[in-house]
Amino acid sequence: MSEEIIRAEGLTKVFNKHLTAVDHVNFSVKHGEIFGFLGPNGAGKTTTINMLITILKPTEGTASVLGFDIAKQDENVRNVIGLVPQEYTADEDLTGLENLLLCADLYGIPRSFAKERALDLLNLVELTDFKDKRVQTYSGGMRRRLELACGLINRPKVLFLDEPTLGLDVQTRTATWEYIRKLKKEFGMTLFMTTHYLEEADALCDRVAIIDHGKIVVIGSPEELKHNLGGDLITLAIKENEDVSGLIQNVEHVKEVQKEDGSYCIKAEFGEITMPFIIEALRKKGYTVTRLSLTEPTLNEVYLEYTGRSMRDAEESREANFARRITMRRARGG
Amino acid sequence: MNEINHNSKSKLHGMWALTNRELKKWYKEPILFLLTLIQPIIWMGLLGKSMNISALIPTNIPGLDPTTIMEQTFGTRDYFSFMAVGMVGMTALFTTMFSGMSVVWDRRLGFLNKVLSTPVSRAVIIFSKVLSAALRSMFQTSIILIIAVVFGLQLGANFNPLNILGVFAIIFCLCVGLSSLFIALTIRSTRMETPMAVMNLINLPMMFASNAFYPAKLMPDWLQNIVNVNPLSYTNDAVRQLLIVNTIDYAKLALDFAYVGIFALIVASVGIVLSWRYLRK
Ligand SMILES: Nc1ncnc2c1ncn2[C@@H]1O[C@H](COP(=O)(O)OP(=O)(O)O)[C@@H](O)[C@H]1O
Ligand SMILES: [Mg+2]
Repeated sequence: MSEEIIRAEGLTKVFNKHLTAVDHVNFSVKHGEIFGFLGPNGAGKTTTINMLITILKPTEGTASVLGFDIAKQDENVRNVIGLVPQEYTADEDLTGLENLLLCADLYGIPRSFAKERALDLLNLVELTDFKDKRVQTYSGGMRRRLELACGLINRPKVLFLDEPTLGLDVQTRTATWEYIRKLKKEFGMTLFMTTHYLEEADALCDRVAIIDHGKIVVIGSPEELKHNLGGDLITLAIKENEDVSGLIQNVEHVKEVQKEDGSYCIKAEFGEITMPFIIEALRKKGYTVTRLSLTEPTLNEVYLEYTGRSMRDAEESREANFARRITMRRARGG
Repeated sequence: MNEINHNSKSKLHGMWALTNRELKKWYKEPILFLLTLIQPIIWMGLLGKSMNISALIPTNIPGLDPTTIMEQTFGTRDYFSFMAVGMVGMTALFTTMFSGMSVVWDRRLGFLNKVLSTPVSRAVIIFSKVLSAALRSMFQTSIILIIAVVFGLQLGANFNPLNILGVFAIIFCLCVGLSSLFIALTIRSTRMETPMAVMNLINLPMMFASNAFYPAKLMPDWLQNIVNVNPLSYTNDAVRQLLIVNTIDYAKLALDFAYVGIFALIVASVGIVLSWRYLRK
């Protein structure tokens, strides 16, 4: 399906008349996909989400969610979306179940019905055993899962996730991705997420928009983006002391060959498939490959290519910093 | 599934959930609750008992009866009863101030954004804060009055237990007004310092430029003018009339209720308008 779920045109937010946090961004999110905003702290990811979920008014431009205009039909928008904010918003003093019931009340879901739904969701995120424990005692990963469940209590058609694994350790992060995939499958939602982790965008998103200083610099699937860089890097060495550059160059999908002190640096598309063909071509002519490696470009190289630098942290306001610090602390289960 | 939600949802949904969330923080944390009571108790104990004003009046001058003088100035025979009742208004002032600060917390911790992304009406978000502050104050009022009676508060000669309802009613109005005022002050803040400073700037003068500790009629004219617009004075007067005064001045009591009621209505309306404008920036 290619139905458009979110569409933003020239969406812009200027704070205090001079700080352009989001700068004329255009994108559309298709039905059933996970669309990600990838960018460093302060790039304007949260500001974009806040406009889409009708918390902030755009300074300029428009956007629609499921066909509802975010400025004129904001109530309709709020009815069909779910939010998993960057912060941990669950009440520390309440239990997991109580928190979910509070969320249900905010959507006006009748109590009898809400309890069943809450228990279902707790089961899905594997918190059933902890449902009557205070959130205070939860680990970072458990808190995240509770936030996920809370964002799903109204069975949203679009779920917004703001930095869903901020501050979590690598293992918990990978586990959280699994939960997100599972929930998406279970409810058939469209997901809009933000992240500043390159691996996360790569692992989770169907399409990624790289955002820097409030501007989208490129949009595409992680594969496309990496592919467009010109392919993978294959390095090999042979036993024989001859120049085989021409031979390698003739293999299909090989784009560039460079000889550097006895080894060859080959730029090729579809590295995994092309590599066996190169070895085969060399073997046919009687050469012996002694060393071989394949490096696939990561989104880091993509980021570097389009912004001219590695992911860096932009200056953040005091308030943003404060919220981030608290999120990080709770992620560690503090 | 979504159809079920829409049909059964009233304009006020989420009101009780949000109010209860505020109250829960407090009744689940008895220490916090006790701390809010300590201040008025200290005031009552130290100021109310140390300022034994009736002892200042000489008893050996013929034609000068201390009891009559006390009753003429304070409306009651002992200063303790006079100021203990003033503590009710003071507690309301501090409780509503905290409800204002909690808006800033909710914003900083992301909870406000979470709630704003749900279909809960923005007015409900504000009203739940106001309502929880009012409910808290009413509960604290009961505790303070009970403690005051234990400490020796003397009820008026014509005291009727039903008057307690009147006390609750006027405290409720005062709190609706005050907490709307404080929320309007904090609704746009992302930091604690500014609203905290503003509230402190408002609170102390509001407390002393009222009849909480001393009758207005003995104050200098300029101060009396301030005291006479201060809703706290009207609340204190109403509570005193209802509890400790021997003969109730019904005209004055009606004025008290009207004044505080209109104050609540106006400030709450302004608060709602501001919340509509500023909750979504
Ligand atoms: N409410 C606000 N008022 C003023 N500036 C803000 C506000 N919210 C965000 N900003 C600024 O806008 C920029 C983008 O912030 P944000 O969208 O939070 O970035 P990200 O989520 O990508 O880390 C930052 O420079 C931030 O300081
Ligand atoms: Mg952010």
